[in-house]
Amino acid sequence: MELQKFYYDNKIPKFFAVACIFWGAVGMLVGVLIAFQLAFPVLNFGIEYTTFGRLRPIHTNAVIFAFVGNGIFTAVYYSIPRLLKTPMWSNALSKIHFWGWQLIIVAAALSLAMGFTTGKEYAELEWPIDIAITLIWVVFGVNMFGTILTRRERHLYVAIWFFIASWVTVAMLHIVNSFEFPVSFMKSYSWYAGVQDALVQWWYGHNAVAFFLTTPYLGLMYYFLPKAAGRPVYSYKLSIVHFWSLIFLYIWAGPHHLLYTALPDWAQSLGTAFSIMLLLPSWGGMLNGLFTLRGAWDKVREDPVLKFFVVAVTAYGMSTFEGPLLSLKNVNAISHYSDWTVAHVHIGALGWNGFLTFGMMYWLIPKLFDTKLYSKKLAATHFWIGTLGIILYAIPMYWAAFRTYFMLSAFTPEGQLQYQFIDAVQTAIPFYVLRAIGGTIYLGGVFVMVYNLVKTAKQGTFLAREYAEAAPLNKQYVAPAKAHWHSYFERKPMLLLVLSLIVVGIGGLVEMVPTFLIKSNVPTLSSVKPYTPLELQGRDIYIAEGCYNCHSQMIRPFRYEVARYGDYSKAGEFVYDHPFQWGSKRTGPDLARIGGKYPNSWHFNHMLEPGSMAPGSIMPSYPWLFEKELDINSTNSKIHAMRNMGVPYPEGYEAIAKVDLKKQAEEIAANLKSEKIDIKSDKQIIALIAYLQRVGKDIKMEKKLTNQQH
Amino acid sequence: MSIIILIAAVSILIAGGFLVAFLWGVKDGQFDDDFAPPNRILFDDTIKTKIKK
Repeated sequence: MELQKFYYDNKIPKFFAVACIFWGAVGMLVGVLIAFQLAFPVLNFGIEYTTFGRLRPIHTNAVIFAFVGNGIFTAVYYSIPRLLKTPMWSNALSKIHFWGWQLIIVAAALSLAMGFTTGKEYAELEWPIDIAITLIWVVFGVNMFGTILTRRERHLYVAIWFFIASWVTVAMLHIVNSFEFPVSFMKSYSWYAGVQDALVQWWYGHNAVAFFLTTPYLGLMYYFLPKAAGRPVYSYKLSIVHFWSLIFLYIWAGPHHLLYTALPDWAQSLGTAFSIMLLLPSWGGMLNGLFTLRGAWDKVREDPVLKFFVVAVTAYGMSTFEGPLLSLKNVNAISHYSDWTVAHVHIGALGWNGFLTFGMMYWLIPKLFDTKLYSKKLAATHFWIGTLGIILYAIPMYWAAFRTYFMLSAFTPEGQLQYQFIDAVQTAIPFYVLRAIGGTIYLGGVFVMVYNLVKTAKQGTFLAREYAEAAPLNKQYVAPAKAHWHSYFERKPMLLLVLSLIVVGIGGLVEMVPTFLIKSNVPTLSSVKPYTPLELQGRDIYIAEGCYNCHSQMIRPFRYEVARYGDYSKAGEFVYDHPFQWGSKRTGPDLARIGGKYPNSWHFNHMLEPGSMAPGSIMPSYPWLFEKELDINSTNSKIHAMRNMGVPYPEGYEAIAKVDLKKQAEEIAANLKSEKIDIKSDKQIIALIAYLQRVGKDIKMEKKLTNQQH
Repeated sequence: MSIIILIAAVSILIAGGFLVAFLWGVKDGQFDDDFAPPNRILFDDTIKTKIKK
């Protein structure tokens, strides 16, 4: 058969690699800043754009979608053409993908700093950016599947299955979780409310970890680890089992983020069961990676690339052991809302994603520039610095989590809570300092890598194209007599795509549909009423300032939580919450029953200078809320949007909403005046106080109603 | 929440269409070995005449 000549393009992989390292450094730098902010609140600078609540989503979005995202695309655009013996289907689409993704990152960073957020963790970006992500994701998919369809190699290597499943699932997750009702340009409300919103969000959140941080990086591992080690993967059969069992199990595990919350119990148990099962495929994959180095451990001693890979795969094993552990309800009782979760995700992010990326870069950049790595010694230094950084990051966080847990759950012999929340915060601060130092060291390693890679690039010559020859795919395929059944699927990319979709879709639907359809899952509480216009506006300020990053609104049914915060949360309390604001971390106390707990003046002073009301507080101050006026013109469209989503505001209420809003604002201003605080009623702080005074209050009315009935 | 039912219906419809493709594929049945692929990726197939830029 005639050989066809073609070339592999190295420009796009190079672009993605540079973007990956650049955004990685930026994202980690923001991470280091917010880590220090928790220990030294003065670093919030009293400026809205640099407060923790706005920077933390920038950090998470940057490291997930910019650092790891560009890392995925580097691996995909380098490996897929070589595995399939064809250039990418369309060079134009590759370029659109690259520049589109970078523009999205810039738009994301700017909009989050400005306070445009949907308030849903890891899905904070507002609707115009969500649409842009969808379009660019489709461009990526068309390019990838186009390449697969025009391939010269019939067999789809295991790495490609992981890329395909990742693409499909991320597309589905992003679309389903991003159903939002636009109110204006850069403002929308989640279409789902309360418990439903929480379920969709954590189904998304968990699977973003699975299909953005894990499966594409497993594809990366299955390509670059054997290449760097110079030997095939330990067991190809195991990689097949790994793939199918992993994608099937992962999609069901989301509810483990909502244990002991108001989510129906059966959904929680389902999440736990599947999380435990996940241990098997995860460890299968880890062992497959490590065993690939069987008989080659001498190489690990010499080669920094393999050093990084070994620790990355080990970190994968550790965090996938820890994950099922954290899904056990009794363990989760300790870990949820604590720094343990933060330690857990950073073992994954710094160890698995970070080290796998670094290993790939040390292997790839010399290849692209047709040279050897500038300094193996510097790379080894980076390896040890990075490892030390991870240890210094994680251990203090575990320690802090346990200490604060024991403090917050302690009772005196008389049956009173032994410690105030602020005592636990104060205990955690030294550990926050250590954690920030660990992160700084890790980031230092990244700069060592940047220097090493720049030197490597300078000493080499960039190979823009690498030529290759291969025969076209034979249409008439003759099956060998003996073959594994799975190899059939490996040659059918569209089929694989569909099967992945079905497998993954069944998991999601079975979990979500009953909650949507069975009304009894969310008991309606007659006393729970929609927010007043002013409270609704205040809630949007709460969301914009990222309060949910440090405060939960979900009291679990434990004695020490009920004694500290008030009655445990019920599903029916959240039916008008678009989006839900349960949070996932308590750096500050829970706010589910904050309404009516303190006078208005307390909130006023606390938002201006938290330390004045809560000595020792690490909360930043929010002076701009006292300067900026509330945009009351948006009230009309917000009420309108809420009613369209089923919130029972009376028909035509838009017309008088502003009047109601002003009336309530003036009442609060008058109340503050009676406590000798002068503030105009049109400031944002008034709305925020109105919201905080409402949170969790309605259900207290329920008790009165029930008492009257009996 | 009817939007979810709609999404589910559309998904099932598309999945059904792909199921047909799957059945067609089964009849077209082809097999491959699982020894060569992991080894094949280790070999670089690029021709040494590289264009430098």
